[in-house]
Amino acid sequence: MSLRLPDRVVERGLLMIAMSSVAILAIITYYIFSEGAPLIFDIGLGNFFSTDWRPTEGHYGITLMIVGSLVVTAGALIIGVPLGLACAIVLAEMAPPRARTVLKPVIEILAGIPSVVYGFMGIVVLLPWIRSHFGGTGASALAGAVILGIMVLPTIIGISIDALQAVPKSYRDGSLALGATQWQTIRRVVLPAARSGLVAAVILGMGRAVGETMAVIMVAGNSVQMPDSPLDSVRTLTANIAIEMGYAAGDHQRALFATGVVLFVIIMVLNGAANLARGRQRKRKAVAAAPTLTAADLATAREHARSGGPK
Amino acid sequence: MSIRFSILAAAVLAAAPGCKRRGGGEGGITIAGSTSVQPFAEQWAEAYHEKHGGAEINVQGGGSTAGVKATIDGAADIGSCSRELKPEEAAQVKATVVAVDGETMVVHPDNPVTDLTVDQVRGIYAGDIGNWKDVGGPDRKINVVTREVGSGARGAFEELAMGGKSIAASALVQNSQGAVRQMVSTDSSAIGYVSHGVVDKSVKPLELNGIEPTLETVKNGSYPLVRPFLFLTKGDPAGPAKEFIDWVLGPEGQAIAAKEGLFPPK
Repeated sequence: MSLRLPDRVVERGLLMIAMSSVAILAIITYYIFSEGAPLIFDIGLGNFFSTDWRPTEGHYGITLMIVGSLVVTAGALIIGVPLGLACAIVLAEMAPPRARTVLKPVIEILAGIPSVVYGFMGIVVLLPWIRSHFGGTGASALAGAVILGIMVLPTIIGISIDALQAVPKSYRDGSLALGATQWQTIRRVVLPAARSGLVAAVILGMGRAVGETMAVIMVAGNSVQMPDSPLDSVRTLTANIAIEMGYAAGDHQRALFATGVVLFVIIMVLNGAANLARGRQRKRKAVAAAPTLTAADLATAREHARSGGPK
Repeated sequence: MSIRFSILAAAVLAAAPGCKRRGGGEGGITIAGSTSVQPFAEQWAEAYHEKHGGAEINVQGGGSTAGVKATIDGAADIGSCSRELKPEEAAQVKATVVAVDGETMVVHPDNPVTDLTVDQVRGIYAGDIGNWKDVGGPDRKINVVTREVGSGARGAFEELAMGGKSIAASALVQNSQGAVRQMVSTDSSAIGYVSHGVVDKSVKPLELNGIEPTLETVKNGSYPLVRPFLFLTKGDPAGPAKEFIDWVLGPEGQAIAAKEGLFPPK
């Protein structure tokens, strides 16, 4: 391991840059918790997890916001998961390559549309539609779910396609060779083999839905209340922070940080679960692919990397 | 917000290359605070800059509470606030009323209702009156739109119209004047409150107790929903900040305020 000095400098530099993103996460974590966590203990868990949010009068119960986030996210998954999985199956397994080269970038564009634009479309198109067909104010959990259901599509589709493509070709060949149709192969062989990756896709889509802020604020109405129907307005955790941050002071502001703590924990749990699921699929794939790559191959590859490639 | 956060914010600002330094320099002024005041402050700043050349005025939002805090910390030369100061705040800053805002109840242009009493408004916002037919309109559910807790507009509305009652939890919450107006302009059953200066053709303003917000009714106090727009300084205004505030209070500044739908300070 005798690297030349410039190499070492570059290596160190890159390492530092890479570490800085981790450092940013650490700083964010520290500030959210140091601002928010003490309040939770000051006011007690009973107050914090009550349904009474009157921040100017010392009541900081965020349960209704948790419910709001859950309802909207669940709705988004009901809409987004079937659409997303269907789309991923078509793109990964069925579509001719030319259709794929068109469709995939189009779906990626969906991810690039700013959330405020989704929200605006929601206000202009979706809310009046809901109002005229179902009554009520239009601004509702349903509206939030529909908008988020669309917004989670790129996440779910992208990761699902990766998961499906990671299924070894030999599985499909084997199934088809046994006389199964393409659809039977997809349903009985490919989907079960990709299951962990697909679960990860859904979980990450869920994380996206929980974390989305702007579009939800614009269409969900933001009332702090227990929804009786999908047409009732709800406030999500993210909306609570964004809406009240501008004017909050003192404990009210700390309560918003505490809302952030809850959000942070939820996102961490979801990401952890997604990584676990993906890791499982990777392991399975490694087992399937094991015979083709031995320790000796790795050693040769490493040797080549060190000496600047095979002669 | 804690000192630690201020340090973080300072570090971020210091790290941003080419960032213009606030205050100092060639008489630059930073105004921060109320989002209700912000659009008017921007108008004033632009006109003042045109007249006086060198003085660069940087207008930021953040909210009334943030405006008070920025004034106390010295982060802003002038803080803006769109509600009455709390006693502990008033003790720490010097407030100058630069304009008066008549909060206006607005409904969809198709709504036949033209006039509500303050009692009716209170009933509607408290959730006791739920249908437009109870206040002389069509048989339609009332969709109530309000501002977020802590905002100057909501604070003033609660104080002036709600008389100790709280706004119903089912009211839709929007976090800017524009968002309230947007919501009302697209929903024929909605009602909201916005600054008189923000009312445009997309919504219909209502009379309150039969009174329109006009120069006269606001000045003589007969219009019920009136709140001050404050410029805050740490101690008595001085230097460029004083010049600017004096200009805003002078004929040119007030002409702009009037054109934008604000009323002069009493």
